[in-house]
Amino acid sequence: MKGLLEVDRLTVELPTSRGWVRPVNDVSIGIAAGETLGLVGESGSGKTMLSLALMGLLPAGARVSGETRLAARGETISSAAAPASSSVHAPVIAGNNILQMRESEWRTVRGAEIAMIFQEPMTSLNPVMTVGAQVSEAIRAHTSNLAEREVRQRTIEALGRASVPEPETRAQQFPHQLSGGLRQRVMIAMALAAGPRLLIADEPTTALDVTVQKQVLALLDRLRREMQLGMLFITHDLGVVAQVADRVAVMYAGRIVEQGPVNEVLTQPLHPYTKGLLAASPTLERGKLAPIPGTVPQLTELPPGCAFEPRCAWRREDCLTGVPSLRRIAQQNPNGVPSASGGATEHAARCVLVADEGPSAKESSR
Amino acid sequence: MENCKPRMANRETLLEAVELRKSYHRGGGAFAQTGDKFTAVDGVSFQVAAGETFAVVGESGCGKTTLARMLLRLIAPDSGTIKFAGRDVTAMSSAELRAERRHMQMVFQDPYASLNPRMRIGEIISEPLAIHGPQLSRGERGERCAAMLRRVGLPEESARRYPHEFSGGQRQRIGIARALILRPKLVVADEPVSALDVSVGAQMLLLLQDLQQEFSLTYLLISHSLPVVAQVATRIAVMRAGKFVELGEAEQVLRHPQHPYTQELLAAVPELPALQSPS
Repeated sequence: MKGLLEVDRLTVELPTSRGWVRPVNDVSIGIAAGETLGLVGESGSGKTMLSLALMGLLPAGARVSGETRLAARGETISSAAAPASSSVHAPVIAGNNILQMRESEWRTVRGAEIAMIFQEPMTSLNPVMTVGAQVSEAIRAHTSNLAEREVRQRTIEALGRASVPEPETRAQQFPHQLSGGLRQRVMIAMALAAGPRLLIADEPTTALDVTVQKQVLALLDRLRREMQLGMLFITHDLGVVAQVADRVAVMYAGRIVEQGPVNEVLTQPLHPYTKGLLAASPTLERGKLAPIPGTVPQLTELPPGCAFEPRCAWRREDCLTGVPSLRRIAQQNPNGVPSASGGATEHAARCVLVADEGPSAKESSR
Repeated sequence: MENCKPRMANRETLLEAVELRKSYHRGGGAFAQTGDKFTAVDGVSFQVAAGETFAVVGESGCGKTTLARMLLRLIAPDSGTIKFAGRDVTAMSSAELRAERRHMQMVFQDPYASLNPRMRIGEIISEPLAIHGPQLSRGERGERCAAMLRRVGLPEESARRYPHEFSGGQRQRIGIARALILRPKLVVADEPVSALDVSVGAQMLLLLQDLQQEFSLTYLLISHSLPVVAQVATRIAVMRAGKFVELGEAEQVLRHPQHPYTQELLAAVPELPALQSPS
């Protein structure tokens, strides 16, 4: 397991007229090179704000705390004690907390190390530039001293790698001349042009037809393997997450409420919210749809204990007393030894109903 | 056309479409007669029986929204006929249509765009009453509005508020209240849940089903999502490039699709693994 990204107790605070709120609250996740972590949640869960924090794109006025580390190229992050927080002026190499970087440092990271693709390619692409020019711009931004011919060649290669057919012709076209699926491929080409190691995909297929979605997901999967990309795949669609992710984290009201290997979380959900989401997701089978009663709480009006408690069918008294910790189910390796890495394969949920096997490895510093 | 069912003899046909066609001319502006011809609806025929939920499923650009607009006579077909409750509405004048419109209403996809932001909820919901039933007093309209709000699960005092004060799911409920206040026979729902969160969408689908029972409604459901359609449809029509390529009972189309395109659509739906533990 090669640790690429490690997020430790990330919290984002935003000022509102009713005081500070935490759209992202004490989130800890990790992604290995070549691995996809699915991030599932509904509106207001904090999933988009989390992705913005990881790109240094938070709105002005936001406060961010916690740590995020990106492994240096060719190295991994050891899950042993992190190096002491070093000077914020150092460029991003192993171990530094990228959340505290300045904008000039973020510019060396965005695109080159961490890249992002969005839901609506039509609004992310410049309508008055050809798609080739936009991909070239992305390449030039992160490499210096490239001859124009070289830039052009890399542009065509990037488009081809993203499965854009006839890339030389398409490069001359404008976004409005392309279908939704092709635009998304162009966005993927732009995002990967400078060879980042982590790709954040925020609902990249939600606006696409289902047949096109299938192609784009297959493309992302191939690129992930070829480039050993780590991917954070944000979606509200549990079916999609089942297809693309190795592990999944479920967010509710800013916190992670369940995480684990994707198949396990989806077939044996622990947290009542995850169970509710599964029951509320329409499938091709009729008659099993069950909504979750109530609505997502406003961040300014969170209940005192577990945020899901008012809607929970299994609630009890201790749900009101405080926010439960992420409790894991004991995981055994095939040879019977508890997983030494402590994080990768555990299935944990933030619920008093989960039999506590001890604090989750990521929370042991509490 | 595969899997086609003959007219449903045992139920009244509420809506009938025969060889509907609609083309647009690209490149020449909204009212152009020149430029490339683009056929949005290319000879569509079907009947909808009273009380059923007839779903039209297709991907973007297939023509399903144009079809829905034609059926409600929001746009005029180039050719073909539409009959509503046995009456030919294809060539009706605006005045005649106005009388028919109270029987057919629409719920729109975008809860943020389909409510006038400058009107209070009470006005939005009771506006159809004012247009179609001017004999009601203001008090009576207010009462019906309050009853409708309760029925869709919103507090009565919502009537005094404005759309921006509500969430997407709540606005969709308001749209449904507005559509039902005239007790229509037919409701066309154009992507009613695609803009909503999963759990909110599930609430909406169940609400629509409850209301269908209570008000004896017939639904024409337009959607790109086979899973959504699978939950509520009686019959399903699969649309592609302006035509129905398959039409049949929901179970048949979902489990034994005949047309390759239907099979492709079904195969592309990302599957959820089956739950193991009891929840």
